[in-house]
Amino acid sequence: MDRIPILQMSSFLLVTIQVDMHDELAMTLQSDLTSKITQTGAKAVLIDISGLDMVDSFIGRMLGNISAMSRVLDAETVVVGIQPAVAITLVELGLTLAGVRTALNVEKGMNMLRKSLGETDSELGYDHPEE
Amino acid sequence: MTILKSENVAIKSQNDVVLIRQKTRAWAAEIGMSLVDQTKIVTAASEIARNTLVYGGGGEAMVEILENESRRGVRLTFEDNGPGIPDTSLALKDGYTTGNGLGMGLSGSKRLVNEFELFSKVGNGTRVVIARWK
Repeated sequence: MDRIPILQMSSFLLVTIQVDMHDELAMTLQSDLTSKITQTGAKAVLIDISGLDMVDSFIGRMLGNISAMSRVLDAETVVVGIQPAVAITLVELGLTLAGVRTALNVEKGMNMLRKSLGETDSELGYDHPEE
Repeated sequence: MTILKSENVAIKSQNDVVLIRQKTRAWAAEIGMSLVDQTKIVTAASEIARNTLVYGGGGEAMVEILENESRRGVRLTFEDNGPGIPDTSLALKDGYTTGNGLGMGLSGSKRLVNEFELFSKVGNGTRVVIARWK
């Protein structure tokens, strides 16, 4: 069966969607990601959708679900790389991806996640060495 | 109005929905539609094709390139022999769904295209026509 790979980098999970997903593939990604968060104890998920030339209500809902589910599992999600034409179409379709954190590109998304992880760690009194 | 090109695609599985997206994208690009307009018609096609599959139990889509005087456009006609929609105006309301979706597919698609027609008869199926001009 088709699967979208999930890469792990310390406490980050990285997903790059590069194929035109059929609905089941999107559902598989949703359940794979939640299992992976629980298995690895990952604290952050970055989803790069710069390769998607279309996001319809189904994929939009999946992105919202992933964000909500990972939050419940104590992980932050950020969706990066939304193409301008996709953003325009999404809003006109009536989806604003409320509850989904977004960043323009992978670098900005990683910074956003690092920042929120750093804040959480210091609240807990952990040492979080700066690079 | 002249039909320059036409092709029928069966909608039997989720892969057919992807196929329709790809065909719509290719034909919209072929007539020189802007990237934003391409994305709008592709997204609307994806929503309606999914409805045909999920609610209509499958069906068929006809994809066409049209020419009207000097302008060109892409039109898609979706047909199924499913249970039909009892109240089409309710079905076109934002947020209304009989399934477990967001209820934005049909109403949202209407905003993404220049022409939108919905015909449905309970017990006989549903036909949706969408078109976007360059």
